[in-house]
Amino acid sequence: MLSKEEIKLIEKEMAKFPVKSAASIESLKIVQDKQRWVSDKALAEVARILEMPVTELENVASFYNLIYRKPVGRHVIHLCESISCWVMGLEDILGYLNKKLGISYGETTEDDRFTLLPIQCLGDCDKAPAMMVDNDLYNNLTTEKIDDILQKYQ
Amino acid sequence: METPLTKNIIKGKTIDLKIYEKSGGYQGLRKAMSKNPEDITSIVKESGLKGRGGAGFNTGQKWSFVPMGKDAPKEKYLIANADEMEPGTFKDRLLLEGDPHQLIEGMIIASYAIQASNAFIFMRWTYQNSADQIRKAIAEAHEAGYLGRNILNTGFDLDIHLHVSAGRYICGEETALLNALEGKRAIPRSKPPFPQVSGLFGKPTIVNNVETLCNLPHIIDKGKEWYKSLSITDEGGTKLYGVSGRVKKPGCWELPLGTTMREIIEEHAGGMLDGYKFRGALPGGASTDFLIEEHMDTVMDYSSAMKAGSRLGTGTLVILDDKTCPVGFVHNLEKFFAHESCGWCTPCRDGLPWVEKVLNAIENGEGVEKDMKILEFHTSYLSPGHTYCALAPGAMEPLQSALKYFREDFMKHINEKRCPWRNNYA
Ligand SMILES: Cc1cc2nc3c(=O)[nH]c(=O)nc-3n(C[C@H](O)[C@H](O)[C@H](O)COP(=O)(O)O)c2cc1C
Ligand code: SF4
Ligand code: FES
Repeated sequence: MLSKEEIKLIEKEMAKFPVKSAASIESLKIVQDKQRWVSDKALAEVARILEMPVTELENVASFYNLIYRKPVGRHVIHLCESISCWVMGLEDILGYLNKKLGISYGETTEDDRFTLLPIQCLGDCDKAPAMMVDNDLYNNLTTEKIDDILQKYQ
Repeated sequence: METPLTKNIIKGKTIDLKIYEKSGGYQGLRKAMSKNPEDITSIVKESGLKGRGGAGFNTGQKWSFVPMGKDAPKEKYLIANADEMEPGTFKDRLLLEGDPHQLIEGMIIASYAIQASNAFIFMRWTYQNSADQIRKAIAEAHEAGYLGRNILNTGFDLDIHLHVSAGRYICGEETALLNALEGKRAIPRSKPPFPQVSGLFGKPTIVNNVETLCNLPHIIDKGKEWYKSLSITDEGGTKLYGVSGRVKKPGCWELPLGTTMREIIEEHAGGMLDGYKFRGALPGGASTDFLIEEHMDTVMDYSSAMKAGSRLGTGTLVILDDKTCPVGFVHNLEKFFAHESCGWCTPCRDGLPWVEKVLNAIENGEGVEKDMKILEFHTSYLSPGHTYCALAPGAMEPLQSALKYFREDFMKHINEKRCPWRNNYA
């Protein structure tokens, strides 16, 4: 079920464009902001509001890397796996995160605290390796730094 | 040395409207609005400004294809491409976070030149701070009368909308970007028609890179001759160059267009880290051909980079050092391209994953000599003209140049059945 607030935000987005379906990505992001991910049920509701076939919206949703179609933990770690970060020691950082959290890419810790996902170049290549936790960017990563960063996200 | 694009930028801070105006901000716009739209296009064309998004097309010339005059469609659009997902590229973010009004002013000038009354900034999701700064700047510009109805009492109306994407490299390709803005899967469109004639919602549309647009206020304010004199070569203006990898001072600097690769790496980036040697560089992001030691004195402008067998691309160099495996390096790039292919054309959809698999096998010591032939085959199978967009040919640029310059390293993997670097690494 979408909340009244979500529906209101979606309607506001719709008003910006000549066709309703142009608000599809914004709408999915609104739902994801509130519910952490986009379930089939939520997606169907959004499709109804935007007057789009469900399969078409599903097609859009699955196309983007940052629309989650599976539940994620309370915090999402996006580790940059692009070239400059790879050169600057990404594999060590990934190995450390895998061991420390006991999860690989695409998995969520048992306590539902973290989901680990790869992401493409974060545009912070001169301070590689870099990662995002939720909306926050961290760079010049070392294994020691990771310990401090993760502390902040409970 | 003048640095118009970054002169106001202080790391970690954002220039607000007051400071921007004090340093001459919005003067270019005032001058622009006292001229005919067509004259703006001519000035920009003659200034020599080339698109900073990678392709390097003359900006004024691109605008000149937009229908103008009484019979032109009423709705037209200007779009700032702030997707910046090319691996190894980190220049537009500096401009977005540091001096957002410069982009806004550039967008108003460009919109006025093509007579668009709505403009969009297409921004990637990960640039959260950029999005916040841009939102603030748009609100300030509205308040000050630079946006909205009847701008500076000229009768010209313009609104700028921020669209934050949901992450997919192909969205940066200008026709895929249009589909993304329309809420569709971001698949490129076949051309013609070109966006300048039929773009967003079927209306004439110009897509320009952030850095391109940031040049406009200065060109209009100080004139095309001044602008041309900024560069070392005849291509005009300054360029944001960057360096990442194992150098002493990685970073991004505004330098005269045509600065040599040697000066960028050795002076501005401080040279290689102690204990590391330079082996090669991608001069402008993941989809450019390697340049090597013998190209060190290449002038980094569009035509010279091309002559050296590569492209200027985004102007941000990624360095390959002697302790990093070239096969692993290229494998990382191809994994990215394979993942980001939109799947529309068969050669790209099937070819890139194959290339990725072969590179992975070679890197893991499971490669055979025939694999080199397979890689070579793909560099022509995915070359320009075989696909709808430039993603696939771009993906082949680092590969084809690596096969040329680092062939022995590939062969060593195959012959020794292991990665010679990875053992040191582990
Ligand atoms: C796969 C792909 C991704 C691209 N990504 C970007 C991008 O993130 N930003 C950008 O400005 N141009 C990007 N481009 C280039 C655009 O298609 C287009 O040429 C550019 O935005 C035009 O602006 P300019 O003329 O000011 O350079 C990309 C091209 C391709 C083929
Ligand atoms: S070249 Fe690749 S990314 Fe470009 S349209 Fe074809 S399949 Fe899509
Ligand atoms: S490659 Fe990781 S931030 Fe650019």
